[in-house]
Amino acid sequence: MLIQTNSQGLQNPLPSEITDRSVYLRRRALLRAGAGAGLGGLAAWAQRSAFAQSAVVRPGKLAALTTQASHVDAANTMEKPTAYKDATSYNNYYEFGTDKSDPAANAHTLKTSPWSVQIEGMVKKPGTYALEDLLKLSALEDRIYRLRCVEGWSMVIPWVGYSLSELIRKVEPLGSAKYVEFISLADPKTMPFVGSAILDWPYSEGLRLDEAMHPLTLLTVGMYGEVLPNQSGAPIRVVVPWKYGFKSAKSIVKIRFTDKQPGTAWNKAAANEYGFYSNVNPTVDHPRWSQASERRIGEDGLFAKKRKTLMFNGYEAQVGQLYAGMDLKKFY
Amino acid sequence: MRARLNRWFASRWAKPVWFALSLLPLAWLVYGAAADQLGANPAQALVRATGDWALRALCLVLAVTPVRTAFAIPALARLRRMAGLFMYFYAVVHLLAYSWFDMGLDFDDIAHDIAKRPFILVGFSAVLLLTPLALTSFNRAIRALGARRWQMLHRLVYAIAGLALLHFFWMRAGKHDFAQVAVYAVILGTLLLWRVRARMAALPRGITAIFLRARGL
Repeated sequence: MLIQTNSQGLQNPLPSEITDRSVYLRRRALLRAGAGAGLGGLAAWAQRSAFAQSAVVRPGKLAALTTQASHVDAANTMEKPTAYKDATSYNNYYEFGTDKSDPAANAHTLKTSPWSVQIEGMVKKPGTYALEDLLKLSALEDRIYRLRCVEGWSMVIPWVGYSLSELIRKVEPLGSAKYVEFISLADPKTMPFVGSAILDWPYSEGLRLDEAMHPLTLLTVGMYGEVLPNQSGAPIRVVVPWKYGFKSAKSIVKIRFTDKQPGTAWNKAAANEYGFYSNVNPTVDHPRWSQASERRIGEDGLFAKKRKTLMFNGYEAQVGQLYAGMDLKKFY
Repeated sequence: MRARLNRWFASRWAKPVWFALSLLPLAWLVYGAAADQLGANPAQALVRATGDWALRALCLVLAVTPVRTAFAIPALARLRRMAGLFMYFYAVVHLLAYSWFDMGLDFDDIAHDIAKRPFILVGFSAVLLLTPLALTSFNRAIRALGARRWQMLHRLVYAIAGLALLHFFWMRAGKHDFAQVAVYAVILGTLLLWRVRARMAALPRGITAIFLRARGL
């Protein structure tokens, strides 16, 4: 007999892991849909988010987060999520070293509590927001996004957070605000590579205000149903799934609203290689390599041909209109 | 000690042991790939590691003569050809790993990539230039060419060293991460400098003095 006690509270399934009652009640209809009935297929399509979430396994390493399903369009790709081990042991976080195994090895020194984010610039409600308050600002959602690194590899990561637009609406940007700048922590005491000549520290990134307001732009506090591990940008970061990974600033301490396009870390380091927009675009190559294809970590075998990179990382239907009429070769 | 080293390198065990040692990196990589020990991106790990080993083998080859002369271990010369061939071997495996894992053996794509990316072109040229050296490494080729011409041809290795270093430098330039590049540059530079000095010391005294004076040294 299985006896559950209060102390085992964290072992309860995530709300997102429990099949929605409405889905359960229609299980026979869904099965029929699966058997190939054309009309039934639509019902299954409507529930794709629940199916996608059922593929996410919580690793059980860090504190679990209470989440709900997202209703944002394209919030959950049906692709297989990358193994937690791969997603947390192979990434870039230059404050902790330039090798992709460095962040996992060195980021344990990052102190994520207490943490606050300073909101400043052209907003009606500037101020310092404690992480605890940000966590309560809106319901946390599960979002399974593709992640495409500018270096030519990709992953599928189940993030936890809410649309950045929720926060932006709360702080009320002035009409003159056109851009949002994100400043990451730069603490030389805990981050061994801050001060190295690789980049201008602190790491900074930026978005146009309409990009930042797009529902897919995620203010992120967790992944795989748990809080972010340090190497992945704990405790709070942004994730912009249609842009190369470096646009998604980690461990954010400051969000600034401005009327001028902010300088961004990689653009300052090599302007001809990394533009302000840095949208995933298979037709605009990096000066030193092609962006037409990518290797999906943990999935594309050694001898498999790399997969084609999709325009806007596959989010063209959702974000394409943001760039209507723009020459994307010029604004790379 | 010196006599013992000389005896050892002259013994019939030296070559088989050197051969086995030279295969260890490859053995480790094959094992690592099979046992999933190469991290989240094994393809990239293999491409990079084979390149690293080609560069290390290059340093080793160029170190044979200076070490042999400076420490008076003439028997070391017996291993130079094998060291050179292993350098070629790792360079070819590196090129193959790139062609297969990165480019899916699509020769159109590879040709475009070589034309498009200077650092690929430089690396590819280095392997290309190494090929005639590998092909003329056996005794009959040396005899057919004549020692002088053979030696002239094999001086290409200095150009190859420059290309290999440039290839590595460009690869790391993206991250402004030159620490390892500097290590190889210092090693290769030292080995080259030793040769320049040895060459100057071999010149008749008067000529050296004139040369130095002309240079204002």
